[in-house]
Amino acid sequence: MERRPFLARAAALAAAPLAFGAGAPAAADFTDTNVTLGDWPVRKSWVRHPSDLVARLRRHGITAAWTASFEGVLHSDLAGANARLAETCSRDGAGVLVPFGTVNPTFPDWADDLRRCHEIHRMSGLRLYPGYHGYTLDDARFARLLEAAARRGLLVQIALTLEDERSQNPALTSPGVTAAPLPPLLAQFPGARVQLLNATSRLLASANPLLARLAGLGVGVELATLEGVAGLENLLAGVPGLRVAFGSHTPYFYFEAALLKLQESALTPDQLQAVRSGHAQQLLASRP
Amino acid sequence: MNRRDFLHAGALAATLPFAAGAAASPDAARAPAPGATAWDGDLRNLGIWDVHAHVGTPGATPAKRMEALVRIADRVGVERICICMSPPWHYEPTPEQFRKSNDDVLAILKEWSARAFGFVYLNPVHAKASLDELERCVADGPMIGIKLWVGTRANRAELDPIVRRAAELKALILQHTWIKQRGKGNLPQESTPMELAELSARHPGVPLVCGHTGGGDWALGIRAIRERPDVRADLGGGDPVYGEVEMAVRELGAHRVLYGSDVNGRSFSSQIGRVLGADISLADKKLILRDNLRTLLLPALQRKGYKA
Repeated sequence: MERRPFLARAAALAAAPLAFGAGAPAAADFTDTNVTLGDWPVRKSWVRHPSDLVARLRRHGITAAWTASFEGVLHSDLAGANARLAETCSRDGAGVLVPFGTVNPTFPDWADDLRRCHEIHRMSGLRLYPGYHGYTLDDARFARLLEAAARRGLLVQIALTLEDERSQNPALTSPGVTAAPLPPLLAQFPGARVQLLNATSRLLASANPLLARLAGLGVGVELATLEGVAGLENLLAGVPGLRVAFGSHTPYFYFEAALLKLQESALTPDQLQAVRSGHAQQLLASRP
Repeated sequence: MNRRDFLHAGALAATLPFAAGAAASPDAARAPAPGATAWDGDLRNLGIWDVHAHVGTPGATPAKRMEALVRIADRVGVERICICMSPPWHYEPTPEQFRKSNDDVLAILKEWSARAFGFVYLNPVHAKASLDELERCVADGPMIGIKLWVGTRANRAELDPIVRRAAELKALILQHTWIKQRGKGNLPQESTPMELAELSARHPGVPLVCGHTGGGDWALGIRAIRERPDVRADLGGGDPVYGEVEMAVRELGAHRVLYGSDVNGRSFSSQIGRVLGADISLADKKLILRDNLRTLLLPALQRKGYKA
């Protein structure tokens, strides 16, 4: 190893607030873009009260957590689920939990759910579950939702998976969602902003031409399901310009599993800042 | 980079704080309180041992690939790595194919014996060739364990002579297991923890490692091996879903639970993170991340005269 690159890496590491444990400083913005409240039906959550979640996130320096509700996956009364989410984040979120409501474009009058998310709950974005809601991204109803969200300036998070397909309970299966229909749609709606959550390793392979196309359109991803040795470092090198944000998929995943990925990869200070908060902020702001 | 440069770089790295935010203050090095559950300090102080790894990092030679892997392992405090199955992988390898794979591991061990332990890859369907390979790599060679993947199911009689010889050599057996969609999605010869439990029942006293502990359906995997005290649970290779570590410790006892990463397909991070984030005692985390594997390997290491 050359001394200079090594020392550069050392400096980047030393600058990284990656403390494990209590008292970690929260000096800089650190956004977790993939957090969920509530119980997943087949798993026991460690979160007994939202304050448990906030405490753990804060302990690791998280200053903002984009938070949806597992109720949004299976409930039909999404207006109720979104209202409870907004109330919980407001009451117990300590300024950390940022609510992202859910809309299902196959439901009657979904546009009013969208309106309430924006106008009543003042949400910055939505989280969609196409695999559980029965549509694919080439569905015309999804296109209408994307257009409506773009008009309101809402970020649209699309959960491509929630669980590894191999481990799904046979009574609760869902296919992974393919992102292939997105590029032409995004060309159609230039104001649309999209982040993909829990992308499969196939999509996140740096040699995947679809990923490069999505990066060029400003689509973001997050790292909860990003795997491989030094996976983040390799992804950023392989797809320059890709907006990779921090995401933990907690409490379904252990939060620390995501946090350590910042340490396993050798990142420049700029890359680290972008993953911790910069890319998240860009996703909220605008398309390139 | 030559070995000397690498060791120099490693020494420099050893001065770096893994927990950089905390390391800025003198509190960073403080010992965790008794009864604590959270790890507050430098990961290197844990000295993690990894029971399940493949050297798939880029490099012109097997040793160079290992060098790349060690560089990354150092970032997250992994001290020793059990390696097996050099790529390309074959589901049901011929003797020629598993010998080639093992040749790569042997080449790595020549350079990296201070960081790597070798597990010989066998396919019990080829019984004679597998036993011969066990002699070449473990009895007469530097390896200390056996890796069985998806060549045949773990409850088959072809495994019995391998298990018996492994016991004589004190070699640790790591058997891949998975339960995909309640077993419906498994490969034709892919083992389940239930089948490994059957094997263990035929060989009491022989330690076996249940690779992945059934993978995605780990709750069934833990149940399947619960009554077989010689079977250890390898946590690695699946998504870091909350609850697996807690259930394994609750049902098996922390002494039967091992950290494994299954790199290169997985990251070190997601698999270490699940242990660090688990709601178990810090003492149990240390057992899982290092001490249990060291204890399991000690007879083989002593037989070989390796320091550990």
